[in-house]
Amino acid sequence: MTPELMEEGTAALNKAKGLPSTGSESGGREAAYGRVIEPDQLDVAHGSILYLDDISVSFDGFKALNKLCLNIAVGEMRCIIGPNGAGKTTMMDVITGKTRPDAGTAFFGSTIDLLKKRENEIAQIGIGRKFQKPTVFEQLSVFENLELALKADRRARASVFFKLSSEQLDRIGEMLKLIHLKDQAQRTAGLLSHGQKQWLEIGMLLMQDPKLLLLDEPVAGMTDEETERTAELFLSLEGAHSLVVVEHDMKFINELTTRGANANRKRVTVLHEGSVLAEGTLADVQANDKVVEVYLGR
Amino acid sequence: MSAVMTSPLALSGVAVPRSALGPKGWTALMAAALSVLVLVPVLNLLVPDGSALHLSDFAVALIGKIMCYAICALAMDLIWGYTGILSLGHGLFFALGGYGMGMYLMRQIGRDGSYHADLPDFMVFLDWKTVPWHWTFSESFIAQMILVVVVPGLLAFIFGFFAFRSRIKGVYFSIITQAMTFAAMLLFFRNETGFGGNNGFTDFKRILNIPIAQPSTRMVLFVITGMTLIGFYLMARWLVNTKFGRVLQAIRDAENRVMFCGYNPLAYKLSIWTLSAVMCGIAGALYVPQVGIINPSEMSAASGIEIAIWAAVGGRATLIGPIIGAFFVNGAKSWFTQAFPEFWLYFLGALFILVTLYLPDGIVGGVKKLLNKNAEVKA
Repeated sequence: MTPELMEEGTAALNKAKGLPSTGSESGGREAAYGRVIEPDQLDVAHGSILYLDDISVSFDGFKALNKLCLNIAVGEMRCIIGPNGAGKTTMMDVITGKTRPDAGTAFFGSTIDLLKKRENEIAQIGIGRKFQKPTVFEQLSVFENLELALKADRRARASVFFKLSSEQLDRIGEMLKLIHLKDQAQRTAGLLSHGQKQWLEIGMLLMQDPKLLLLDEPVAGMTDEETERTAELFLSLEGAHSLVVVEHDMKFINELTTRGANANRKRVTVLHEGSVLAEGTLADVQANDKVVEVYLGR
Repeated sequence: MSAVMTSPLALSGVAVPRSALGPKGWTALMAAALSVLVLVPVLNLLVPDGSALHLSDFAVALIGKIMCYAICALAMDLIWGYTGILSLGHGLFFALGGYGMGMYLMRQIGRDGSYHADLPDFMVFLDWKTVPWHWTFSESFIAQMILVVVVPGLLAFIFGFFAFRSRIKGVYFSIITQAMTFAAMLLFFRNETGFGGNNGFTDFKRILNIPIAQPSTRMVLFVITGMTLIGFYLMARWLVNTKFGRVLQAIRDAENRVMFCGYNPLAYKLSIWTLSAVMCGIAGALYVPQVGIINPSEMSAASGIEIAIWAAVGGRATLIGPIIGAFFVNGAKSWFTQAFPEFWLYFLGALFILVTLYLPDGIVGGVKKLLNKNAEVKA
């Protein structure tokens, strides 16, 4: 129904009820465009936070992504698995603006076109990304790493005159506790163990308060205990944040999908040769013939 | 403010972030300021010539020159040590500042040149009747001082904008800065460019109508240079301790992460790069009246690399290190070129190799390591 028709309808209704006509005021238009759409404001009224459609990327003829489609719901935790070279990291590169696809569309919420934005803009509107190799600021202390990631004005001049408020200080303190690095706050980040660096990077993501977290192999190099803790952390984030977890560690995937709010109903996506091979619950996916073939090479 | 900031930190068990300058630092700074303002002038001007404590004019000129170099080394530290961008083009910014001052000093010669003409000698020699367009403001001291800041700053801004926007990094950036400097050197070598060709500017007589060679003028220039160095040091110290400074170090360590944290590195890199260039330009302007000559050799590849060597020898990302490095290398150069003139370049090469091998963090880094070791032994 067009706004014009709705406007006419409103006018007719008002007349029937004996109310004064709204005239040229927004009346019907209000009904059609009820949500205020502001630039860079995330709109998830349709229930989807990330929508990729027909994304193709090729490097020198090699198709890293081939008509990839993916739809992540608000608050969903989605695990993505796939053999090496399936395009998992390239997909994250496309979402975060590092790689421009040859074709396709990518939307954050239903209004923000990700393909028109640069890396830093995408980060600012609420997509956080953890790299495969833990990437922290090695020469700065753990505290300073978190301080830089803290949500604040990112412009150069604002940074010159930036002062931590006590609320922000508390936030950093809470985060240090959450990522179990409280005793290491003043330690140089480069001196942390591999697992601790992974935690710090996750902490830095959370400091930005992102709506969507992209986590590329978050438990690589972690001990069993650390992996366990990471799973718990992610499960606690589910709902308030949307998470996309790329992992090889099936035990970890199992842990994530069989616990938490939507236990055993969470969707797992299998990527193969740049497109979605299968999607469903972990049990469904594991029973899928095509998936077994790709993984075991039958 | 600090009380407000420290209490929640103490409560949450987080130690206070490092402060700008400790009590020891302030003491050292006061000592440096005092020696520049009082000690050197007294020893040079008041202590009689024959006395053992007398500081010769030569020594004052040498220290003054090295302080200009130290400003360059400090500028290099901000862009290379803290931001991880190695520039080999800082010689160009230094020279541009120097030429800006040199133009004014050339006009101050007035009719005392060898041709007794209104125009500088080299223009008379080229048979020019009027000054070229870029000499329009050369008679005004204030205008030229503005140009000393604006020209290197604007060039750096435009060059940096395109280079950083195209995400040119690492050795590629270094090579382009080197190429830009080389191109500028070729341009300045040409007589038609109007900067005195390969002879450059020299034989200055006055500055602000005061004879430039008289001891009191030299001492004033010396004190201004020293104060500028200390001022720039304090500014740099303040800047690297702000969040801005930490973003710079973050860009050096992991630029990708900085971008995915939502920062646009372009603005950060461009502002520190431009600031660094302006510092070099000012250093050049202070250098020329003290040394008495500016020519295109200041833009040679070697001079750009030397600035990087001072910073590396002293210790990158320490601020005080590059200043120490500038004094150490240039002091050694001054002594070596008198004692063993042929061997200076070999020595410089060996010095750089030794520092790279045994003192990767420079003199300051080495001293710190030694102190830490001693502290551990005592503990």
